[in-house]
Amino acid sequence: MRFKYVAPALLLGAALVTALGAAPAAAQQDVAKFKQSQPTEAPSLPKLAWSFDGPFGTFDRASAQRGFLIYQQVCSACHSMDQLYYRNLSGIGLSEEQIKAIAASVQVPGGVNDQGQPIERPGLPSDHFKAPFPNEEAARAANNGALPPDQSVLELAREGGPNYLYAILTGYRDPPAGLKMQPGMSYNLYFPGFQIAMPQPLQDDSVQYTDGVKPTLDQEAKDVVTFLTWAANPEMEERKQTGVRVVLFLVFLTGVTYATKRRIWSDLHH
Amino acid sequence: MVGLYKSDFKNPVVNWIDTRMPVFTLMQKEYAAFPTPKNFNYFWNFGALAMVNLMIMIATGVFLAMNYTPNVAMAFNSIEHIMRDVNWGWLIRYAHMNGASMFFIVVYIHTFRGLYYGSYKAPRELLWMLGVVILLLMMATAFMGYVLPWGQMSYWGATVITNLFSAIPLVGPSIVTWLWGGFSVDNATLNRFYSLHYLLPFVIVGVVFFHVIALHITGSNNPLGIDVKSPQDTIPFHPYYTIKDSVGICVYLLVFAALVFFSPNFFASPDNYIPANPLQTPAEIVPEWYFLPFYAILRSVPNKLGGVMMMFGSIMVLFVLPWLDTSPVRSARFRPIYRQVFWLLVIAVLALGAVGAHRPQGIWVVIGRVATLYYFLHFLVILPILGKLERPLPLPESISRPVIRGGGPMPGGAPAKPMEKP
Repeated sequence: MRFKYVAPALLLGAALVTALGAAPAAAQQDVAKFKQSQPTEAPSLPKLAWSFDGPFGTFDRASAQRGFLIYQQVCSACHSMDQLYYRNLSGIGLSEEQIKAIAASVQVPGGVNDQGQPIERPGLPSDHFKAPFPNEEAARAANNGALPPDQSVLELAREGGPNYLYAILTGYRDPPAGLKMQPGMSYNLYFPGFQIAMPQPLQDDSVQYTDGVKPTLDQEAKDVVTFLTWAANPEMEERKQTGVRVVLFLVFLTGVTYATKRRIWSDLHH
Repeated sequence: MVGLYKSDFKNPVVNWIDTRMPVFTLMQKEYAAFPTPKNFNYFWNFGALAMVNLMIMIATGVFLAMNYTPNVAMAFNSIEHIMRDVNWGWLIRYAHMNGASMFFIVVYIHTFRGLYYGSYKAPRELLWMLGVVILLLMMATAFMGYVLPWGQMSYWGATVITNLFSAIPLVGPSIVTWLWGGFSVDNATLNRFYSLHYLLPFVIVGVVFFHVIALHITGSNNPLGIDVKSPQDTIPFHPYYTIKDSVGICVYLLVFAALVFFSPNFFASPDNYIPANPLQTPAEIVPEWYFLPFYAILRSVPNKLGGVMMMFGSIMVLFVLPWLDTSPVRSARFRPIYRQVFWLLVIAVLALGAVGAHRPQGIWVVIGRVATLYYFLHFLVILPILGKLERPLPLPESISRPVIRGGGPMPGGAPAKPMEKP
């Protein structure tokens, strides 16, 4: 009785807000459809089913390892991953020997020798991922003036997360007739403004998989996105597993507390 | 005459302490035996929830501060260090980050509960005003905390908000330079925000203490909004409300846990995972969700100084609310018209939140202006007039005999009894 008007008012408020929000959005979509030859709005992102979705989701280890292979052979030519250590790769199921070998394949600064001269040494699992360029200027100089973003938390740093990254990797098309492209830019359906400085990084058979999976563009994109999502959220599996236990405990505690409350209050009502 | 306090506690150690410093008696009086109206609904949980939330924020914040580095070159990386290398660092940081959102959800519900049931009216004016002070301090703390990760939205949010002070005539630009500690948002700004972000929560604790003192003098309001008439109307705080608050805390923790463990970036802006870059402005600079209504008011006024004044005015108006609302009846349950304009206010604030999240163009500008206008009309015009015109429903005689079932007229067709002034 006391909240007789709460629900209708909330509904009204929600309906008002939705209607007002939806009207211009719908209008914009119509405009986009109308101008199909040269859209003004990026199409809505594809919604893929990822192994890490949902409260019980985990990273598909094999896919993440294939994704790391792509990072090593393709992405790492331009993109750094400054927040990661080689030792972190145990999180996608690589063994200690594999990690040691991967780290040892790069040369990293090793302090100075007894003459005070800087020296290099092979990488260790305790080293950060080696960046492809020494500084931003070098990165820009090698990339037509554009700066390839660090990929450590890229999945978190883009609206749409994994679906956006997948869409970019698979969104390269020939520019529509009549569109004036800036020199060195590529046309991508999902990139804001449609002109992206990164040339199409992945095609069918860009890499050789060793586990028999066919390296189609679609497969490669899914694998590297799985790897990048793990890289940005290495705590995710522990977080969700802890969360399930915490929520189950709290549901139990809520039930017990509510029963206790009923019991304590029962002496007031007679 | 100086002397020892005469304590009733039997335990010799407790008694020894209590005779010299009667904190046990104080707790017994204020939290155990404290007479509390017996008719609270679950909306009266939110004060306790805010208290719990404040404690969670301070506890997680202290541990974050052990691992965070307030330097423009290292702040962003030190957050990632906390997320990746510190034991349970991800839990502490996600709890702190989502704790801020939970805090505002809790405090906004607490505030609107006060608005609905007239908890700001005499004799609780000072209690209410201390609450508004806490809200302001929370906003300052949250704003400065959001700057600390030194992402793109941290940097540009700090730039936009500090620049608001440049609208002040004559001294505005000097004030902005003084706030920054330099000529742009930079390391000096980050350092002082970090210092203040650590200080202000303890100031909040202090004001919360005064808020509780004031509450324990006037006693709590209740859903009927009428005064406690006799001991029959009250029950001791413990165990009745300790257990009822515990139920609320459990449900609150469930919502909090769902956010932290399954969708920790639900309220976060992706742009803040990009390190701050003073040379590149993000496409949209949007504040955290809990500032969106105020941001919408700011942008609804086509004049910078006017917008800033309206934005701060939207909080300041709450300070004088106890004198703007002229109705002697507290609870909206007995105010048929106020009950409706209350929900209009809720809709206006929600609409302002939606406006704040969109670019100020097209229909959003119109909605923003209408909702802003309503917000101020509500407090400055409707409430003062409504108190004089509205005919309240008959008030119940007491909390323990609240309802006259059957909907018949009051005995002798008695007119609505105005609330007695204490």
